[in-house]
Amino acid sequence: MSFLTYFINGLSLGSIYAIIALGYTMVYGIAKMLNFAHGDFIMVGCYVVFTIVSTMGLPPLAGIVVSMLICTVIGVVTEKIAYKPLRNAGSPLAVLITAIGVSYFLQNAALLIFGADTKAFSSVISWEGLNLAGGQLKIQGVTIITIVVSLLILAALQTFIYKTKSGQAMLAVSEDKGAASLMGINVNKTISLTFAIGSALAAIAGVLMCSAYPSLTPYTGAMPGIKAFVAAVLGGIGSIPGAMIGGLILGIIEILGKTYISSQLSDAIVFGILVIVLLVKPTGILGKNIQEKV
Amino acid sequence: MKNKKVSSVTKNEWITYAIVIVLYIICEIMIKTGVMSSHMKGLLVPICYYAIVAVGLNLCVGILGELSLGHAGFMCVGAYSSALFSFTMQDTMPTAPRFFIAFIIGIAVSALFGFLIGIPVLRLNGDYLAIVTLAFGEIIKNVFNAIYLGIDGSGVHFSLKDMMSMGMDLATGKIIINGAQGITGTPSNSNFTIAVIVLLLSIAVVQNLVHSRDGRAVMAIRDNRIAAESNGINITKYKMLAFTISAAIAGAAGVLFSHNISTLTASSQYFGYNMSIMILVYVVLGGIGNIRGSVIAAAILYLLPELLRGLSDYRMLIYSIVLIAVMLLNWAPGARKFRAQKMQEIQTFIGRRREK
Repeated sequence: MSFLTYFINGLSLGSIYAIIALGYTMVYGIAKMLNFAHGDFIMVGCYVVFTIVSTMGLPPLAGIVVSMLICTVIGVVTEKIAYKPLRNAGSPLAVLITAIGVSYFLQNAALLIFGADTKAFSSVISWEGLNLAGGQLKIQGVTIITIVVSLLILAALQTFIYKTKSGQAMLAVSEDKGAASLMGINVNKTISLTFAIGSALAAIAGVLMCSAYPSLTPYTGAMPGIKAFVAAVLGGIGSIPGAMIGGLILGIIEILGKTYISSQLSDAIVFGILVIVLLVKPTGILGKNIQEKV
Repeated sequence: MKNKKVSSVTKNEWITYAIVIVLYIICEIMIKTGVMSSHMKGLLVPICYYAIVAVGLNLCVGILGELSLGHAGFMCVGAYSSALFSFTMQDTMPTAPRFFIAFIIGIAVSALFGFLIGIPVLRLNGDYLAIVTLAFGEIIKNVFNAIYLGIDGSGVHFSLKDMMSMGMDLATGKIIINGAQGITGTPSNSNFTIAVIVLLLSIAVVQNLVHSRDGRAVMAIRDNRIAAESNGINITKYKMLAFTISAAIAGAAGVLFSHNISTLTASSQYFGYNMSIMILVYVVLGGIGNIRGSVIAAAILYLLPELLRGLSDYRMLIYSIVLIAVMLLNWAPGARKFRAQKMQEIQTFIGRRREK
């Protein structure tokens, strides 16, 4: 039974990675940039919920809604100020470095406002969870909710992209920006919408993460951000189901590796798997092969 | 044709060496006359090794055109291998030859790692290459954090778990690498002069490579891989060459690093992806492919947070704003156009004044 418990924990961690990776992969697919600050949006979301729920004593739902709103605003504003001017800069490195600058900015702003000390985060999910198999298999409420939420998000996102006009516009922009704008699609608006959705997802991921692992510092988002990026690449960057699969695989490997092999080497194992997958299939699990032309 | 080879070391390159040497002399004079504070003195060697890694990474990013986010990992390899040697030979060898051999070991081992990692990694392109090098950097850091190595009467003991499972006699034996606590007590042999010499050497290696036949092949691959291949350039060979040299230079910086501090740990502060990104920031702000720019940017950007220390809490915030602002002003097409327009206006204005 213990294996199953670890597996479910891995599934839960993987779901969190998957939600973050969805934001990464959407932004990459449409704006063709790595938003290195994405991990820090998670941290911002966490601090907002912390402030509203723990400090102001308002209900958790209010905290989640407000943090999603604030993250969305930060995401869109960041895109407008820092990324949009560099969209035609020629070098993809320019916008990468700017994203790093934004990441430093958010971390240090949080450091100034909230201080460097670790904040204990009381879970916004009060459900105790289930006892299965006569009490041998105990699944925490946070775990179940995380997995369910991530599946709901995946379904909602797929529906949004394939069934709505804005979603179709996103697909068109990710295919060819120039052609999309010739067809009357507002590219700027579409990219802003992508950033808005990605950042709102980061806020949800932040709330779930802090409920499962209740400690909060200005650097909380950095490592999950990188891991989620790895998940997105693992699944095939630009692909939404790929991000989900990559996230789940990564989470399960991390928890099982930590338990059965070595807790110190768990990150090395996770990254090792990434290296192996990319060498066997360089575009990731669900990635498309792109024909190269001279 | 022989004459041409000599003159290919252009005036432009000598300016780079001159800048480094002049700055070195100024710093030395400031140290001798006691103008420089001890805090600043402590920063001199770090500036040099970060400049060295930046030069090495610029070879990879600017000349080879491949984005690596794992150079802190190569620095880590160089630091650990050389520290391991220096630590074990501390009592048996005189300082000068030991430090020299430590350098050779550090450079050779990180070159070897660069070569081994390069074989699979260089098959990938663009963002995928970046993420795999990042992964390798993290793996290296992680593994060094988990190594326990000790020596006692019955030989060498090794473990990846903890100190106890090495099974060595802790009373008589000596622990060399103590997991996340790293290597304590490496001799601190690095000094400013040696660091500057290594910096000059690494600049020379990169600049000479750029102007050699091999270097031109590497740049041809950067500019158009397929065109270069169809011209008979062996892509794998030249990519490996540049990547390995780049890793070796990072290793040299690692040797300086480990011999400058008393306790060497593979913490994420020094060898994590954040450090790799920091070095990439030096390279990009200094100008991709511009060796002199890397050195200058590394020096200024390393000093900037220190100079802003008076603003203590706000310094990193200001640093990040400076970073974003510089990128926007330098790279945004809008800002470039605006600058070009203003320059044009100034020139016509001056021209008109002259006509009068």
